[in-house]
Amino acid sequence: MTQAAPLARRVLRHGGYEAVAMLRNGEQLVLAVALPLLALAGLVATPLLDGFGPSRIDTAAPGVLALCVMSTAFTGQGIATGFDRRYGVLRFLSTTPLGRSGLVFGKAAAVAVVLALQVVLIGGAAVLMGWRPELAGLPWAVLTFALGAAAFTALGLLVAGTLRPEATLAVTNLLWIVLAAAGGIILPAAGLPAAIEPFVRILPSSALGDGLRAAFLEGSFHPLSCLILLGWAAVASAAAVRWFRWS
Amino acid sequence: MHHTAAALVIEGLTKDFGPVPSLDGRMVRVLDGVHLEAAMGSVTAILGANGAGKTTTLECAQGLQRPTAGTVRLLGENPHRASPRLRARVGVMLQDGGLPPSVKPMALLRHVASMYADPRPVDELAERLGIDDFGGTSIRRLSGGQKQRLALACALIGRPEVLFLDEPSAGLDPQSRTIVFELIKELRAAGLAIILTTHLLDDAQKLADYVYIMEGGRTVAQGTVADLTAGAAPENFRELRFQSVPGLEIPPELLPHLHRAEPEPGHYLVSGALTAADFAALAQWWDSEGILPVAVSMAPRSLEDVFLDIAGRSIR
Repeated sequence: MTQAAPLARRVLRHGGYEAVAMLRNGEQLVLAVALPLLALAGLVATPLLDGFGPSRIDTAAPGVLALCVMSTAFTGQGIATGFDRRYGVLRFLSTTPLGRSGLVFGKAAAVAVVLALQVVLIGGAAVLMGWRPELAGLPWAVLTFALGAAAFTALGLLVAGTLRPEATLAVTNLLWIVLAAAGGIILPAAGLPAAIEPFVRILPSSALGDGLRAAFLEGSFHPLSCLILLGWAAVASAAAVRWFRWS
Repeated sequence: MHHTAAALVIEGLTKDFGPVPSLDGRMVRVLDGVHLEAAMGSVTAILGANGAGKTTTLECAQGLQRPTAGTVRLLGENPHRASPRLRARVGVMLQDGGLPPSVKPMALLRHVASMYADPRPVDELAERLGIDDFGGTSIRRLSGGQKQRLALACALIGRPEVLFLDEPSAGLDPQSRTIVFELIKELRAAGLAIILTTHLLDDAQKLADYVYIMEGGRTVAQGTVADLTAGAAPENFRELRFQSVPGLEIPPELLPHLHRAEPEPGHYLVSGALTAADFAALAQWWDSEGILPVAVSMAPRSLEDVFLDIAGRSIR
């Protein structure tokens, strides 16, 4: 009798396949690598972050890594999923042994692979620019980073599964720009106008940025950030399960 | 029961879509009582005009849609929320292919193959379906027929026991069609259950062991092609067609028991329980009128006639 490949192999193969597709996409590379590098250089060259940490690069690097999560897990993954849905790719793959859950886990694995490459590349560039992260905070940073990736992946899937792909493209790119500028991700919420600061603080972008800055600047755990990210991940996942349309 | 081993059993299947905003939020009933059974080792064709409910029926059978009411058993299991174990035994070719445009055909085929423990050898299948000729071209640049062959390969790569083909000959050039039809016959001989939809009567007549005719979301007739075309008609029911100058009037006293028509100018159709004597009488009339038709043909009742009788309209 015909048999499916083992679950782990199916998910890993699909993760690899989607990761290669992401890395081959030019626009995706601009979003995942070029823009974060540009942001890093810009933040070091300008006095925007002065006063938030011991040095510009030490304050900028955690925020730019948070920006990478938004690029890959939310915007890049959301757009790719939206178009896969349009072309019936999601429907076809869900009829293979990969199934719907395998598809989602595979996408999450692809996001993890691309994020790991971004951390090496952008983190490496930051170190060359003088970044000296507090290594005691590394476990907290990894936890916050993973929760942020989960929250933004779920949000990306929610948008891709409910809107047309053109709308997904517009919404995820627009949110990337708005949140990068005023979402507390690279510029801490504390530095924003008092009128919007309380709202920005509960955004996943701000929580991710604050959590990573706390870990890398002070080596400390920022439980509120993790709780906020966990909440966004839970709500977005539940909403995606409820409203995601496969065709 | 005409089937020995059922691959698919559908009973009383109903499917509503909606709510539809343009209908004041009401639901639309797309399937309304579909009964269908498909056997291993045979080709079952679902025949119907566009909008008859063929694709929705297949999607419920594949587990892509959840039935509103009724039961679907695919290899004895409920296909909705099917286990990977069940999915490995079922190959699906969707109507729109479901192929990612930016990927290359061979890369996609290898990827789909990796989902199975023991897939068919990729190169062999690609050669058989002529995919190796365009294996390195992005899918978005392929012709309709090339995409169709790739989608078929993706459905077959896991050695399925049940194969669903939604409009398999859509967009196929004559050469691809021959390749695909040969393969379908071979798979049937190997014992697969093949369930396909088509709006092409010719496809059904050439391939199907058993035909279901769908109309308005229901299965309205079923049987082998021979059963369906025989129907209530006598054994010597024939359609006699001849082609000559337009506007000929076949005298009413000649062949009074036969139906006669001129569907297109100069194309004549005489149908009914025909005997050799009728044929001779017709030939005598041609002689007396000084006519020699440019073409004469005789055939039994076709699926097209059956469809016309049942649906009251042409399938196209």
